Amino acid sequence: MARPLINVPAKVKRGQVFEIKTLISHIMEPGFRFTTTGDKIPRDIVTTFSCSYNGEEIFRADLYPAISANPFFDFFTVATESGTLDFKWVGDNGFSETASAKIVVE
Amino acid sequence: MSRRTPRVPPIISRVTTIVCLLFAIASSVHGTDIPLDQRRSGYLDLGHDSKAMQDDDTINPAALWVQDGEALWNQKTGAASRACADCHQDATISMKGVAARYPAFSVARNGPINLEQRINLCRSEHQQAPPLASESRELLALSAYVGRQSRGMQIAPPDDSRLVPFVEAGRKLFNRRIGQIDMSCAQCHDDNWGKKLAGSLIPQAQPTGYPIYRLEWQSLGSLQRRLRNCMSGLRAEAYEYGAPENVNLELFLMWRARGLREETPAVRP
Amino acid sequence: MGETRPGATRRAVMLGGLAGSLAATIRLEPALATPERMRAAIRNVVGEASIRKGRVDLEVPPLVENGNTVSLAVSVDSPMTATDYVKAIHVFNEKNPQPNVISVHLGPRAGRAKFSTRFRLADSQIVTAIAEMSDGTFWSASADVIVTLAACVEGI
Repeated sequence: MARPLINVPAKVKRGQVFEIKTLISHIMEPGFRFTTTGDKIPRDIVTTFSCSYNGEEIFRADLYPAISANPFFDFFTVATESGTLDFKWVGDNGFSETASAKIVVE
Repeated sequence: MSRRTPRVPPIISRVTTIVCLLFAIASSVHGTDIPLDQRRSGYLDLGHDSKAMQDDDTINPAALWVQDGEALWNQKTGAASRACADCHQDATISMKGVAARYPAFSVARNGPINLEQRINLCRSEHQQAPPLASESRELLALSAYVGRQSRGMQIAPPDDSRLVPFVEAGRKLFNRRIGQIDMSCAQCHDDNWGKKLAGSLIPQAQPTGYPIYRLEWQSLGSLQRRLRNCMSGLRAEAYEYGAPENVNLELFLMWRARGLREETPAVRP
Repeated sequence: MGETRPGATRRAVMLGGLAGSLAATIRLEPALATPERMRAAIRNVVGEASIRKGRVDLEVPPLVENGNTVSLAVSVDSPMTATDYVKAIHVFNEKNPQPNVISVHLGPRAGRAKFSTRFRLADSQIVTAIAEMSDGTFWSASADVIVTLAACVEGI
């Protein structure tokens, strides 16, 4: 339930810069909102998102409560060799989610 | 109320009052319908980025729910251990056009039901599974997945004479003043669409794309959730989820939007 | 009983009051406006180094329908080679409860110093993006965003 959505091109040429898009379900509760009875709703956000390409980190983001719910990222990397892109989201309350996508480089 | 010495003979002031009252009643019962060729989806009023979010499945947050819906469609469930796919096979074929013609008449309920209620009816009748809660992630995911199959198709309310009294009931609700603000849906969305209310554009309120990813909710939600929001905005008590009033309103709104194209799942502010 | 339709007068007063109360919530409140906090958050990242304007392109819509979800795209003019690349891009805001938005860490493998995301703005305000280069220099760009509010304030 609620798996991340990853979008990468099926095939890329060696040396080509290609685009990666990711979407994940997460409430990103900022911790500044209150219930109708005046209680503060505690913060519950994704704090780090990272992407590794065949084991080497190519992108990392430190997130703050200002990032919208269902965090979306669109970023780039250079096609070096075929392999796997690994994605990781880590957050409050022990939140941890991973996903991966294969990339074919010709 | 301050006392005023009437400057006109009492009979004329009384007649004027009655005429004004009748006018008020008449105009509140029959708001002016938007001419068919002037109807427009709220999509057209979106900013550039929101339009892009809706148009591109790779960046539309609603795609997360559609993906979940597809998984649920194929998952065996209930005492009958049956998946939607077991009866309906490939949703991209069997569900094409379905959301565009809901709400539809249900013999079991002897009245109209919306898509979410139809899904729950299927669960109880054919899967022996308990109903999914209103606005639950699972129900919205299935509704979004089924609705997605009608994207691009024209809203086509069924030509079913059994629905007529319910459409009329919905129309009456649409034209009824409610709440402390004491206004009807029609007064904003039929009579003043395109104008601004406190800096925001008043849309026509055409339900072209439910369930929607509403930026205000930061989540996917149904038409009934949106209607309940509107009603509480007027400081009126909103009807409960599944209440016949909500379904009749949905039915009327979809009839009012007939011919406009489905955009499910849409993005709206 | 008056001659005018009572509903019309009452509605005008209600709408006027509603507009007035909404206007009050989006008016600049000096106690909440925190350009100093944004400057402090920037100093936290940049230290004593000088920040130059330029090389950074910050794309946000000038007028936003809903502050909950604002599109953000930042790109930096850089060859992204092993010796000349963008190390990080930091985004800040003026009037949210917190001045930081995001910090993105890049390297030569990025190929292009560009990323997009969606973020929240509590009010109309200035957004600033700062790029940290491999040569230790800092570059910045800012944008002014107007945030409109939903007309019908909803409780449910």
